[in-house]
This record gives sequence, structure tokens and C-alpha cells, in this order.
Amino acid sequence: MYEVRFHGRGGQGAVTAASMLAAALLEEGKYAVSIPSFGFERRGAPVVSFLRCSDREIRQLTNIYTPDCLICVDPTLAKSVDIFSGLKPGGTLVQATHKPLAEVVLADTVGVVGLCDAIGIALEVFKRPITNTLMLGAFAKTTGIVSLAALQRSLEDSDFRDAGLKQNMVAVERGYNETTVYSIERRVAA
Amino acid sequence: MTTAILETPSQTKPAKQKVMLVEGNEAAALGVALARPDMVAVYPITPQSSLVEHVAKLIADGKMDADIVDAEGEHSVLSVLQGGALAGARTYTATCGPGLAFMFEPYFRTSGMRLPIVMSIVTRDGITPQSVWGGHQDAMTVREVGWVQVYCETVQEVLDTTIMAFKIAEHHDVMLPVNVCLDGNYLSYGTSRVELPDQAEVDAFMGVKDVNWHVALDPLRPMAVDPLTGGSGGKGPSTFVRYRKGQCKGMQNSLRVIEEVHAEWAQRFGRSFAPLVEEYRLEGADYAIMTLGSMTGAAKDAIDEARDAGKKVGLIKIKTFSPFPVDALMKSLDKVQAVGVVDRSVGFRWNCGPMYQETMGVLYRLGRHIPSMSFIGGLAGADITVGHFHRVIEATEKLLSAPAPIEPVWLNEKD
Repeated sequence: MYEVRFHGRGGQGAVTAASMLAAALLEEGKYAVSIPSFGFERRGAPVVSFLRCSDREIRQLTNIYTPDCLICVDPTLAKSVDIFSGLKPGGTLVQATHKPLAEVVLADTVGVVGLCDAIGIALEVFKRPITNTLMLGAFAKTTGIVSLAALQRSLEDSDFRDAGLKQNMVAVERGYNETTVYSIERRVAA
Repeated sequence: MTTAILETPSQTKPAKQKVMLVEGNEAAALGVALARPDMVAVYPITPQSSLVEHVAKLIADGKMDADIVDAEGEHSVLSVLQGGALAGARTYTATCGPGLAFMFEPYFRTSGMRLPIVMSIVTRDGITPQSVWGGHQDAMTVREVGWVQVYCETVQEVLDTTIMAFKIAEHHDVMLPVNVCLDGNYLSYGTSRVELPDQAEVDAFMGVKDVNWHVALDPLRPMAVDPLTGGSGGKGPSTFVRYRKGQCKGMQNSLRVIEEVHAEWAQRFGRSFAPLVEEYRLEGADYAIMTLGSMTGAAKDAIDEARDAGKKVGLIKIKTFSPFPVDALMKSLDKVQAVGVVDRSVGFRWNCGPMYQETMGVLYRLGRHIPSMSFIGGLAGADITVGHFHRVIEATEKLLSAPAPIEPVWLNEKD
């Protein structure tokens, strides 16, 4: 079982991203379940959504408290929300940011980091800061849990059409290609 | 027609089914479309869920050939459907929470008139205090009104059960309305993989449409329905009793029909769901926990972990809550020495969960003392995790050696 928690703000598509990733994992023959966090949807307010995937049928339909991976589609969120709560030791952070690694908010539990200037790319592709498909590309590059090809196939099968589909296909590919992955080495405490 | 269900399906190998990724509300809508209702009535808020949006889209896209009525409120929704059902239409709606409350008067009349309307309840906790989240309180509040009520565990079960519900409701030995309950939030917006049955296969499963033969509007066979009965003189009292006894008989018949329809479904489509009561790892168990709805998945994971740790615990899940499957549950409870019952709603009168209250009645009929206790969790959208179920398992195990607590355990009290 591999568990992912998405962090974003209302309107950025964190909930949609979770179900798009589930569709891509399904393409690859895996089982996947996504669950949104529940509440009043307000643009700009912090939101989370959850995704589980496995080679076996997934039975538990619950929120995720100890994720293997965090996907944070907003660059400022980590300053106001404890996105690292419950992250498994050595876990993965896929973060939208234009900053270098040294300036990114991290927790001791983070073992792998994928950084992508998703806002910058989104403004070029969509002319709007929509980062969710970009960050799925970044997730594929960082973790290898899903392939870029499966993400692209699931986008083609989705409700996106014409110009919107083309933009999202560019976004997911640029997210994949323009993500830098870092492995964090930590000294064992004396 | 009553024997049609017993015929062996012509095709024993299920046809290839399309695999899709959908949320529970969309799964329910797809099930509705496959069952080919003639008429759907909805009120889009107070509240509603995305379920009817999916239904409306299927109709607008020409993928579902049904009349849709956008009524002015839930009371009208069900009243409009009663007219449709009286005219012989296959009818459907969905609601939850305050919408169901506003529907209550025609809700009572629907079962009294023996109209086989199918209605999804995207279950939701009650108000007040204000809450827009999931829980079983709405469906539990109307459990005593003569509707058949079944609860689903997975998104796939929502899809399959929605189709089966029409066949159960319209069976001549039943002729009662059916609620398909799917947990708000966790099932309604949870997205997972489903296999979509083939339309031709579903058509074969449903058979020839024969809805509401007993009162369908027919100029050659005029009749009055819903007569004034009761009182204390003339034919009133005995007529009223015949109505009520008939409803109760229909409810009891539905237990058999629900089993038959599930068996036929498994044979045709290769997916088997326990129709009334499911036992999970109950063989060799000293004690059991009981669940209802989508919480069951996490409970099964917890049972596996507890079994690995050497605990002799099993699980009993209720699918059909109304009518309560007394005989089936009695057989399951007779296999254990203690039971802990987890409810996602509150029974205010007994200070315990409603399913626990029903279970106490079954334990009395079993005639053997089995210590038991009530757990209440997952109210108003709260989560019932594998960790919560480990607490349930530990507390239930203690019943084997210590007196049972009278007070319920509130699982999310300290979350």
C-alpha cells in the first residue's frame, strides 16, 4: 500500500489531481482509491485530498494519517499549515516552488524531495496558476510510482477537450521534465 | 412472474465488463441508468448531492431515456413519483439529511401504497448542531416506516445494489420501496475502480418490466387507491389491519427475495455480495465486532491484523438493515461468545447505537447470554480508522472476562 496526501488551496485542483492520479494508476493495472477532504469549498483556503494505491484491492475508505508521500501544489502553504504531519520517516515531498532546496520548508522525516516551479510553468502554459497536472508530472518523476505515459493516457480519457487537453498534456510533460529530485542524507544522531 | 427469478440464467459466464474510475455518486447514477427507470424526480438542494447531477447529465446526454422532473421540494419529489408509480412507471430519486426529513409525509405513504420506488440515501448526520457531513442518522431516523433499507460497503456495491434494488422492490411478493444507502463523503465522493455491467446483460437480469400491476392507472379497470380506513366501526379496522399485515408480510418476504436477487446477480455478473449478513473470519472466532456500510473495509483490515497477532476475532457486517435480518444474524451470533457493535449514528432512547439496539433484540431471541456493548463512531463525517477498530476489538475481547459496560463508547470523543 502506498499512500499520498495532496495539499493545496481551494481552486488549485488538489482534489481533481487525486482522482486523475487514481485514473493513471488504474491504467497501469493497479488498484487506487481517492478521497477528498470534506468541507465547504472556498477558493484559497487550505484543502487536502488522499490517494491510496496497491497491487491488491483496497478495502479501507478512510483519510490518510501517515502518508508515504506529500504532494504540495501551492508554494506558500507549508508556512501556514503543518503539511508534514504524520509523514513516514524517509518519506517524499513533491513541492511546487521556484526556490532552491536550501530555502524550502522541510521536516526531519523528509527523505526525498522533488521540486518543480509549477506556478512559473503554469503561467506560461495556462496563463493561470493551475498547478495540479504539472505536479502529477513532478510526482511521476520524483517517485516512479506512476509513469508519464499512464498520466498522459488518463488525461486523454478524461473530460479535458481540445485546447484544454493540449495544455494539460504539455503541463504534465513539463512537470515531469522540469522537476529536480534530491535525496536528503541525514546523519544519525549521536 | 414470481418464479422468473428462479430460472437458470442462459449465460453463466459474465460478459466482459468495462472498467471505470468513478465516485460513489456517479456509480449510483450509472446503476440507475442501467436499470432503465421511466421517471426520475429531483430537488437539487436542501441538500442534494452530485448523484442527481450525474443522473441529469446522463439524461441530457441521451444515455438514459427517462423523464426528469425538477420539483419544487422533496415533499413534491416523492409525491410526483407516487403519481408516476401509480401509472405504472419505474421511478427513482435520491436525497439525504434535511431533504429526507422534508419528504417524510409522502415517504410514509409510499410504503403504505406498496409503490416500488427506489431512492438512494447519500447518508448524512442529522442537524442540529449544523453539519453537512456523513453519518447514518438520516436513514436510521426513518428505519421504522416500512421501506426496505440496504447499506453498501464499496463503490462497486453501490452500482450493483442500485440495479438490484429495482428488482427487489418490484418483486410481486415484496412491492415495497427500497432505499439504497451509501455513506456520505467516504462512499459518495470516494473514487475507485468499478466494473460497469453490460446493458444487455442487465436487461436480461431485470426481465420484462412489470411495475405496479396492482394499482396501475387503467381506464378499463378503474379503482380508488389509498382509501379512508381505520376507526372503530364497520370494515375500517379490519381493512387497516389487512394493509399493515400485508406491509409486514412484504417486508418479511423481501428477506428471501433479497437473497435470491443477490444470488442471481452473482451468477450473471460474477460479483458476490452478502445479501443480508456477511461473516468475515468468523470461523474459530471467540468474539465478533459488527459493522454497517463503508466503515467495514477498515474493520476487515483491523481484523486481519488482530488475527495475525493471535486474537480470535471475527466480523459480522449487516447489509440489509430493514427488515432486520433476525434469523441470519442469530446464526452468526451463535458462533461467538461476545459481540461489540459499531454504529455511525445515535439511538437517543437507549443511549446506544441503533444497530446495537436491534442486536440486543436478536440476542434475546437467541436465548443464550452473550455479553455485548455499543460503540458509536464516525458521526458527522468523522473517520473510523483501522486504529479505532483495534480499540473496538480490545474492548470487545474484555467482555469475555469482565462485566459489559452499559454506557456506549464514543470512538471519536478524543480525536
